[in-house]
Amino acid sequence: MSTLNTADPALLRDRADAPGLMSRLAQLPLIWKLLSVALFALAWEIAGRSGFNFSFPTFTATVAAFWSMVVDGSMGAAYLRTIEPLIIGLVFSLVVGVTMGVAMGLREDVEWLALPIFIVMQAAPMAALIPLVTFIYGISLTAKVVAVVMLAMPVITINSYKAVRNVPGSLVSMCHSFMGNRRQQIWYVVVPAASPMMFAGLRLGVAEGFSGVVLAELLITPTGIGDLITFHRSVANFAHMYATIASIVLFAVIAVGLLQWVETLLFRPEKGNVK
Amino acid sequence: MKIATAEFIQNGAQPVTGANKIIEVKNVSKVYGTEVVALKDINLDFEAGQLTSLLGPSGCGKTTLLKIIAGLLPATQGDILVNGKKVTAPGPERAFVFQDFALLPWATVLDNAAFGLKMQGKPKAERDDIANHYVKEVGLDGFQKSYPHQLSGGMRQRVGLARALSVNADVLLMDEPFSAVDEQTRRKFQEDLIRLREVEKKTFIFVTHSIEEAVYVSDRIILLSPRPGRVSEIIDPDIPSDIGPDELRRNEVYLETVENIWHGIKKYVD
Amino acid sequence: MTLYGRKIPKMASLVVWLIIWEIVGQLDLLMLFPPFSSVLMAMGEVVTARSFNEALWITASSYALGMGLALVVGITMGILMGLFKPIDNMLNMWVNVFLSAPLSALVPIFMILFGLGTPTVVVTVFMFAVWIIVLDTRAGVQNISPSLMEMSHSFGANRFERAKIVLLAALPEILAGIRLGLVRGVKGVVIGQLLVSIIGVGALFALYQQNFLMSHFWALIVLLFTFALTMADLIGRLEKRIEYYAHVRS
Repeated sequence: MSTLNTADPALLRDRADAPGLMSRLAQLPLIWKLLSVALFALAWEIAGRSGFNFSFPTFTATVAAFWSMVVDGSMGAAYLRTIEPLIIGLVFSLVVGVTMGVAMGLREDVEWLALPIFIVMQAAPMAALIPLVTFIYGISLTAKVVAVVMLAMPVITINSYKAVRNVPGSLVSMCHSFMGNRRQQIWYVVVPAASPMMFAGLRLGVAEGFSGVVLAELLITPTGIGDLITFHRSVANFAHMYATIASIVLFAVIAVGLLQWVETLLFRPEKGNVK
Repeated sequence: MKIATAEFIQNGAQPVTGANKIIEVKNVSKVYGTEVVALKDINLDFEAGQLTSLLGPSGCGKTTLLKIIAGLLPATQGDILVNGKKVTAPGPERAFVFQDFALLPWATVLDNAAFGLKMQGKPKAERDDIANHYVKEVGLDGFQKSYPHQLSGGMRQRVGLARALSVNADVLLMDEPFSAVDEQTRRKFQEDLIRLREVEKKTFIFVTHSIEEAVYVSDRIILLSPRPGRVSEIIDPDIPSDIGPDELRRNEVYLETVENIWHGIKKYVD
Repeated sequence: MTLYGRKIPKMASLVVWLIIWEIVGQLDLLMLFPPFSSVLMAMGEVVTARSFNEALWITASSYALGMGLALVVGITMGILMGLFKPIDNMLNMWVNVFLSAPLSALVPIFMILFGLGTPTVVVTVFMFAVWIIVLDTRAGVQNISPSLMEMSHSFGANRFERAKIVLLAALPEILAGIRLGLVRGVKGVVIGQLLVSIIGVGALFALYQQNFLMSHFWALIVLLFTFALTMADLIGRLEKRIEYYAHVRS
């Protein structure tokens, strides 16, 4: 039977939900990306040389500063300190967030009790709570972990919840009609069907987590990357400060991009094959 | 061609002989919420080994009735008996084919076809063996390792069919199985269905909104009227069985039956 | 949820949580939480203070200014990206970079470039809000069905008319982007002031923190959260009124 070409186009069309960073980037020819970066660097260089602001370094000076920090080891040391609360916070957010999200998706009473809290946490500026955390936990690692969790967990939880709620009803009733019990329904249908959206939530959570750890280091206690930024600003080493900020932005974007790539690989085989 | 009206049946004079009833629908009503009456006092018998269509305009409750028989929806009133036993939930003697296929997008064709067996706790080797047999039977040999997104709509529904056949149920409940499939594939599918019936001695209950399709594939057609859903007519198309598919579509009895049903149904279509 | 056959409103559990908060606070279980009643009491003091009015003014004006900029720039940029492929190719990457970047890290740069005052907060609000508006507007323009454009062309619509059609056809997506942008903007206005810390609510937070005024701190947070949620809710309602049209459009 050769019906492949008579397929309903609506069924073959790519799902338009949540087009990811990596896949969107992949659609661009590499040349455009390079051109875009080159123009950005050029604009930065010109702006730096024009001297419109004494504190604005040129692109080349920033790259040189970056390199010098890599060589003298201060950059590596800073990242080692920053990444610790980030990872602990993200793992905690992931475990608790997904568990809570799934529980809210499956049980109406849990949903009623917990969902409003997470809706508030997601819509409200949680960052305002970070100074408060310092009150309690001082300038410890715990304070920074709590900051990461406060920013990363709501989006992970809400996405897991929505993912479970968006599992197609026909798949659930299919499982029921073939006599799958509740446990089989959750493990063989609900969880796998929800995992792409949960993973997307994790990706957003990681982006938020970076924000949380940077804010914590800027607001609570100058350590790691926050320390590098604060220190170089205080001694007017602007090229070094810019290089640090650019590096953390780049680091976050690459981390999120990698997650996106893994996501496509795991859950969207149809997108990987198209290329 | 015999046409019996609903009143006629309630008088107890069943037009079809043979008391080999596999499914009995007794006084079934279904009310959604407090006032939407989807089905009202449905009384029907389904013969073993026959293909019976539930036909009617949208809103007549045909899918609701099928899902009640499947045990996916509870009836507000009345009972469903399968082989004399009351239905409260899905059972091994009934298998469902879904309108939107309901395939697991992350599983291969073979794993999808074996899903029902997996729920029954059959070991992997055994269920793969059985599922493989039916994947071949529905004409998908060579696609066992493919994923649903790599298949056309028609092929996806064949997977749904293989999944339903694999559990070796006596009754196949098909909910508008070809409605999401294009016209050409649909015709091919209808012919395949007729052939499949001859191989697999099973009972089919088939929901459709296409008059031509119902007349073409069915031994018996149950016409439902909408708001509230009731049985309005029962039709046994008397089409000669020894003619080929193309000839059949030009057959006079076929055309006349289609015409008659359309006249019966027209008043419900707005 | 329904309990004993009665429907319980969705957000009602927040009341339960407030009661738990009060109990936790009264029993001194968690240092983080002073009793909710004392937070309410402090709220009166916070609201009547002169510094609060000043903070409110700074917050509202820099939020409005930053959002205004983000709306104008974001929608224009999104439409241009949606209509012209080369512009899209050049800018798409940066939009995505800024969407997943920790924007808080950029605030120290704004502080140096724009000084420790409202301009920095305005720029922070802008940076937090603009990218999602660009992305959604772009998606909206790209989703316009080609037949709609062909229709306007075949009926002889002029350039102005066609621009109007583009804007209106992409409206549901643009509004979705604006809603997300408004929520992000609130985060931006708070984070900007926290980091600048000598103006607006940032200064208030710093004051309460240095003087260990926990209840006052929480009172200000509750006010901010209420504001953020009310904002998100209002926009959500507005969006629902326009939603009908996303369905008939396609």
